[in-house]
Amino acid sequence: MAEGIRDKVAIIGMGCTRFGERWDAGPEDLVNEAFEEALADANIEKSQIDAAWFGVFYDEQNVGKSAYPLSQYLRLPNIPATRVENLCATGTEALRGAVYAIAAGACDIALAMGCEKLKDTGFAGLPERTKGTFEDLYQPGFTPPGAFAQLGAAYAAKHSLDMKDLKRAMAHVSWKSHENGMRNEKAHLQKRLTMEQIINAPTVAYPLGVFDCCGVSDGAACAIVARPEIAKDLVGDNFVTVKAMQLAPSNGVEMGHQSWDGAHTLTTRKAAARAYAEAGVSDPLADISLTEVHDCFSITELVLMEDLGLSMDGAAPSDILDGRYDAAGDIPCQIDGGLKCFGHPIGASGLRMTYEIYLQLLERAGERQLTSPKFGLAHNLGGIPNRNVAAVSIFGLNN
Amino acid sequence: MGAFGILSCGAYIPRKRMSRAAIFDAVGWAQPSLKGLAKGARAFGDWDEDAITMAAAAARNAIRSLPETEPTALCFASTTAPFLDRQNAGVVAAALDLPSETHVFDVSGSQRAATSALIRFNETRSGASLLAAADRRHAKSASAIEMLSGDAGAALVLGEGAPIAEIVAAKSIYADLVDHYRTAESETDYVLEERWYRDEGVSKLATKAAGPVLEKANLTGSDIKHLIAPFPNPQLARTVAKQLEIAPDAIASSLFENCGHAGAAHPILMLASVLAHAKPDEWILLTAFGQGCDTVLLRTTQANTDTNQAELLQTVQSNGHIEENYTRFLSSFGAIDIDWGMRAERDNRTAQTVAYNKSRDLYGFVGGLCSQCNTPQFPKSRRCVNPECNALDTQHDHRFADLNATVKSFTEDWLAFTRAPPLIYGNVSFEGGGNVFMEMTGFRPGDIAIGAPVEMAFRIKDIDTARGFHRYFWKAAPVDGGAHG
Repeated sequence: MAEGIRDKVAIIGMGCTRFGERWDAGPEDLVNEAFEEALADANIEKSQIDAAWFGVFYDEQNVGKSAYPLSQYLRLPNIPATRVENLCATGTEALRGAVYAIAAGACDIALAMGCEKLKDTGFAGLPERTKGTFEDLYQPGFTPPGAFAQLGAAYAAKHSLDMKDLKRAMAHVSWKSHENGMRNEKAHLQKRLTMEQIINAPTVAYPLGVFDCCGVSDGAACAIVARPEIAKDLVGDNFVTVKAMQLAPSNGVEMGHQSWDGAHTLTTRKAAARAYAEAGVSDPLADISLTEVHDCFSITELVLMEDLGLSMDGAAPSDILDGRYDAAGDIPCQIDGGLKCFGHPIGASGLRMTYEIYLQLLERAGERQLTSPKFGLAHNLGGIPNRNVAAVSIFGLNN
Repeated sequence: MGAFGILSCGAYIPRKRMSRAAIFDAVGWAQPSLKGLAKGARAFGDWDEDAITMAAAAARNAIRSLPETEPTALCFASTTAPFLDRQNAGVVAAALDLPSETHVFDVSGSQRAATSALIRFNETRSGASLLAAADRRHAKSASAIEMLSGDAGAALVLGEGAPIAEIVAAKSIYADLVDHYRTAESETDYVLEERWYRDEGVSKLATKAAGPVLEKANLTGSDIKHLIAPFPNPQLARTVAKQLEIAPDAIASSLFENCGHAGAAHPILMLASVLAHAKPDEWILLTAFGQGCDTVLLRTTQANTDTNQAELLQTVQSNGHIEENYTRFLSSFGAIDIDWGMRAERDNRTAQTVAYNKSRDLYGFVGGLCSQCNTPQFPKSRRCVNPECNALDTQHDHRFADLNATVKSFTEDWLAFTRAPPLIYGNVSFEGGGNVFMEMTGFRPGDIAIGAPVEMAFRIKDIDTARGFHRYFWKAAPVDGGAHG
């Protein structure tokens, strides 16, 4: 394996807007809101930024194509700016672009910004989109909940679980995130739910009910990254570094080969193995202090606990019900409320996850603060279980 | 060369059956006279069925029992073909994955469309031919046609060899007697007074067309064991029987009770129904009316009992799923404008360049089989999907349409747009290998389970409402959606 990027890049500033139905703001407002926070945090001038990456997923009735909107909103001084898109890993891809530029020595300071204005599309959920000229002709007209619901049916069958028991574990996932979201003023949904409310909610796509699904919202988040030598001068000795950033897109196995059982995300397992190696994590249970995973649906978070190696195969439901991933558990998951409470403005989500880990590592998370976290893991799963892009990133302090 | 006749037949009747009593409950206030017809149930296609898909389903059932026979011609017969200027028969042929050299053509224009093609095939007798007929007539609410018609398909394989029924004689006459009509502009039939049609039309035409046929075979009406007289109103069949001195008990079932009149396909559907229980050496007189009369005299052979009559019988006698909701019935063919929400606004424009290049994938459901590792896969691709192989350009054609398959995962999605919520879809595992993430059809909520066996059904995938285009693909359906003989 290549040497990797461990500790070659520092995160010197981050910003994140309040997520939600931001009827009050356009993408220009959201991008500036996140950027001003990050700029002040990094203690730099805008003119010090060498290059920028901009993550936006949807083209239609949203921010617009290319990196031009970012350059315009921030009046960047014509520095290189690139729009990236990789499904729900888009925000993380923006960060990966900036991080790689620093690690390569091409830039001293770089910006990664992600933004999505979903509520301008007019849809209650994610908007309809084409799958491409050929695949539109044969792939099902699925929605995200329906595509992820497949995991539930297949997981229950694989482990001979009664769907009622699986639903209870799934409900705990959502219940826990809502408890966490109550303590985050930037979260979209700050509302406590009971297990019974979650379990008895109307079905969206069997076996998923309304409260098994994450919210849909607007938001922006950003990171300013720099060479560690510069970071010391700007923010002092204590700063966050990137330990690993790994990406694993599907190559068609899940869609077309019977070796996939439909009850796990193959790509997460690949990306996680590489990320742990890159970060030097030999025992995730000991080293990973918190995770921000792609909880687009409760069942997704459940299977991800196994895919990330935090639960044994088949043990995620009991681990979840035992509270291992609760705020007071061994490895809190979605301590900020997760996609469940933030919603999922796609371009921003990966950076929003990183933002919470950044705050936790620097012990700036207020009433959500965990005790001395070592490494935080962020995970995105773009696409659907049948075909997706998984991103696993690990962050820690520089020392 | 042996005798010429029917080598096999197939039928397809959609599972959905609309209760006529429920229709009457909804529209009886407007037409109380329909009460007499408010019995049994009529077949109706789901939103994803049309004359093409029903003809294809019937044709698959017909050719399944003849794996060695490759038709050299395919005729699609219908008065409700979805396309006026795009060859419908070509889509049916592609669904059957017939070679491009097959002579395919459409016939239409009257209720005799299918029988006229049958007579023509009998006259030319050039190789094995496939006749696939289907109709899906739209009818106005509270019309008699709404009660009397039913959506269905039927198909015959014709040729020389060992027919299950030999064609002994045939005759066709025309007469521009307009008892009903539908124009290019009108969606539904305009129907005239029936007594005139019975006395001036049916009686005289039957004698003129059937008389010479019986005479040629040296038969009288009393020799006929099965009279097929495919009228929407079964009473007219008695008129024909009386005119030809055929015993009333020889009148074949009109399939009114559980199907209804399937337009141009109905003569063939009734013939399939007769062949499902006919014994060897019985005479069948097949008639069809529509601005004239076609008559075909057939005699069953010993081979008829060799066919899978039981499955055919199951198709024509099945009661299907009884629907009591009239608005759901109307919605199935777009007669009621349901607000499906914003997801229904998705632009389903078809890239015809891609559809053409991938037509065997899409219509024939032909994927690839890796010659190095024997992994079946769909769609066919340059590199093998098997992670242990990934070989380049090693895949041979591999048809998935006729393989046994099971449900690997599924959902019932109430958010996704479909004209029959919920949209049910999931991963399907195919016998021998291969996984396809695909839509399912014919299941009701709660019907489906992991591991359930499914069979492939050729259906409408999407309707492009902005451009009036139907695009087709295969869906996983409950096993035993049709039958063959």
